[in-house]
Amino acid sequence: MVTYLFTGLFTLLIGYLVYFEGVLRVDVINNPYNSRQETFAEHVIRGKILASDGTVLAETLVAPDGTETRSYPYGAIFAHVVGYGSHGRSGVEALGNFNLLTSNAFLPERITRELKEEKNVGDNLVTTLDMDLQRAAFAALGDQRGAVVALEPSTGKILCMVSKPDFDPNEIASQWEHWNSLESQDSVLYNRATQGLYAPGSVFKVVTLLAYLRENPEAEETTFSCSGSLTQGEYTISCYGKKAHGTQSLQKAFANSCNTAFSQIGLELDLTAFSRTCDGLLFGKELPVPIPYSISSFALKPGAGDHERMMTAMGQGQTMVSPMHMALITSSIANHGVLMEPYLIDRVENYTGELVRTWKPRVYGALMTDMESQKLTEYMEQVVEEGTAKSLKNLPISVAGKTGSAEYSSDKSKSHAWFIGFTTEEERDLAVCVLVEGAGSGGEHAVPIARVLFEAYYSGRRDSEND
Amino acid sequence: MTNLIVELSKYGLAILAALYTLMSFFILKQKGAGQEKGFGLQRVILFFLHFLAYAVMYLQAENDKLLVFYVAQVLLVSLVQILFQAVYPGTNRLVLNNMCFLLSVGFIVLTRLSYDGAVKQFQIALASLLVCFFVPFLIRKLGFLSRISWLYGGVGLFLLVMVMLFGKNSNGAKLALSLGNNFALQPSEFVKILFALFTASRLAKSTALWDVAVTSLVAGAHVVILVLSKDLGGALIFFVMYLIVLYVAAKRPLYLFGGLAAGCVASFVAYQLFAHVRVRVLAWSDPFSYIDKEGYQITQSLFAIGTGGWFGMGLFQGTPNKIPYVEQDFVFSAVAEELGGIFAICLILVCLSSFLMFVNIAMQLREPFYRLAALGLGTLYGFQVFLTIGGGIKCIPSTGVTLPLVSYGGSSLLASLLSFSIIQGMYLLREDEETKIEKEKRVPKREKTKKIKKES
Repeated sequence: MVTYLFTGLFTLLIGYLVYFEGVLRVDVINNPYNSRQETFAEHVIRGKILASDGTVLAETLVAPDGTETRSYPYGAIFAHVVGYGSHGRSGVEALGNFNLLTSNAFLPERITRELKEEKNVGDNLVTTLDMDLQRAAFAALGDQRGAVVALEPSTGKILCMVSKPDFDPNEIASQWEHWNSLESQDSVLYNRATQGLYAPGSVFKVVTLLAYLRENPEAEETTFSCSGSLTQGEYTISCYGKKAHGTQSLQKAFANSCNTAFSQIGLELDLTAFSRTCDGLLFGKELPVPIPYSISSFALKPGAGDHERMMTAMGQGQTMVSPMHMALITSSIANHGVLMEPYLIDRVENYTGELVRTWKPRVYGALMTDMESQKLTEYMEQVVEEGTAKSLKNLPISVAGKTGSAEYSSDKSKSHAWFIGFTTEEERDLAVCVLVEGAGSGGEHAVPIARVLFEAYYSGRRDSEND
Repeated sequence: MTNLIVELSKYGLAILAALYTLMSFFILKQKGAGQEKGFGLQRVILFFLHFLAYAVMYLQAENDKLLVFYVAQVLLVSLVQILFQAVYPGTNRLVLNNMCFLLSVGFIVLTRLSYDGAVKQFQIALASLLVCFFVPFLIRKLGFLSRISWLYGGVGLFLLVMVMLFGKNSNGAKLALSLGNNFALQPSEFVKILFALFTASRLAKSTALWDVAVTSLVAGAHVVILVLSKDLGGALIFFVMYLIVLYVAAKRPLYLFGGLAAGCVASFVAYQLFAHVRVRVLAWSDPFSYIDKEGYQITQSLFAIGTGGWFGMGLFQGTPNKIPYVEQDFVFSAVAEELGGIFAICLILVCLSSFLMFVNIAMQLREPFYRLAALGLGTLYGFQVFLTIGGGIKCIPSTGVTLPLVSYGGSSLLASLLSFSIIQGMYLLREDEETKIEKEKRVPKREKTKKIKKES
């Protein structure tokens, strides 16, 4: 008996050790606190980072005297998502550090190089990033501050991720001090797409709508009358530009982004159920995002006052959200309610292009039912059909979306421009989230950027069909 | 060139360790001369493994002192082998070989971590082995060993109380008594042996309810004092050993399950009462969130093991010294980092093979005292190995105990060598028992006395 017990215990140890070396190892090694990573760099030349079509985004150039320089041919365009490979590392450079510093070249070649005391060549990472979308988003955002994220809803592939203001990772060594100093107030190294938290404004109405539909089976028959503002006690909520929308259905109120109607909804909603819906959409929760991000917050507690309820329902109040998080919610609406885990690294190849490992799409879970996602899609289609995103109507592909203009300070004239949306054809394979800091209304400033992305996506798809 | 040798040596060391390990399990299936030959081959493998490791270290460190140190180790191990086999022909070869294997691996790792520490360890090993050499002889001669249970219990408790009152505080736990300036003793290492002998002698005499109650009370006192000294690993080892020996002696499952239930309650209470228990559990359950403080040691250990991979970084290629207390509590992680996961698994298996042999020896003994004592010592050994390795790889919360014969530390080394020798001595008794029975059966009385004389 004693023999079996202890043999069992020892087998457990061996089993765990095997599991650790086989499965947990890569994540543990990749931890930024692991100073042992540096020792890999003494034996291996860091591998390349490639876009999905094979374009080189980062590579290590070795001078004749052996000096290594990390070069980023596209400079600022991929700055945040590809990241930098020294000074603490970020983006894919941090995420895939272990793979970049591991060589799976042909074994005899590796041994020959060891023998000659030459460095081996590290593996290449092929990312999910789309050259056209990334370049289009970068150009469309221009000099404005903000972020753009595009995902492939059916797989979770991150197709593009732009954050501005940007930096040129080729200058990391010379500019590091400056970028981190207090006098540089741009926080260029900060990835606004995942780490920036903003008031969501009207894009949050998607969440309020979902909660309202869940709570009231007859919600769709409800009509709202809007005189341009709603006064409850001493507080008044106004529609954008004080526009009076008149009598309208729920669908119209959503399409017009009517604040009056949504404040009304906010007063009606059961706060516990509202909180539960937000929990289910990962507010205040960890996101399955592979690079550093900030956790979104939804702070409406049961017993909150009228003003806070009205503000929160229309996306103001204490709610804060990252563009990446809004992109994930959008992507799950596009994918029948199911959220796929977003990922950046598609596969690892050795330097001659032989496959080492691929990442398979993984389901995170259903954020809503298929029925609910269909309903939300319908409402979001109306936004494009006749609402605040009408300018997307004449695109060659059909899309659905929601605009937002989020006030963020006491100056009511300033607002962040938001847009979330996705393609609604058979294969709904693009979900986007655009945020422009302090630009004004979403319809005027975020939608045009989304339009560029949809167009780039469409022409890219047409090209590949013609091939 | 050195680079290549280091690189290739990793595979060489892993293969040699694997061969040695496989043999410790498969030799036992053979009989007679074949078995003897197998053990000889095992010693040759150990010699090459030890040689290769020191060759690699010498090439990199280029310290001539290493050469002398290496030769001294080879002499020591050879001397132990030759003397034990000559003086005690019936010596259990597997226990002897495994003891040498573990000692050698210990020397290799400690030399890598700190040359001075390794030399000190070597000196203690030399002195300890000198003492241990007489242990089997004494066990055969001293018939009263089974009758002095209160002496074991009394001395054991006294030593533990002394540590609790006057012990040096290290990491919150009181483990050692300082004697002089740079000499500290960890009495709990020796009390382990006394405790095993106490338990065995008491339970061999009687497993009647009243006697079990008294014995359990004294055993409980040991455990409580250890907990109060905050030596949780020690307390756990004592507790588990007592339960198992009690179960085997009394053959009543109730004791085992009752004890386990009591243990669970006690662990829960300890978790609530003691902050350092909660810290250990926290560091185990989520080390990466507390990487700067509570989880620092365990995450460094995981980085070491993970970075090493299956074949290790090679000797002197890693940075095992980044793990706090690597020489004592986390020596296994240093092995895994530089010698690799395969070598580390072999090390676990060699420990398992030693443990199984201990239990096997115990079960063959007829005299209840020896039987229970061997089982107790074996269990102490097995469970301690489980705790230290399990803690190092984050399979269980870390308890801060040493890996017997491999870890740095004089008290631990001497106590472990003593345990191995005591069990060896009991194995030799078994042979006496067997010959005695055989002779009683077949040989007339007169001849028997003659033969015994001849033997001694």
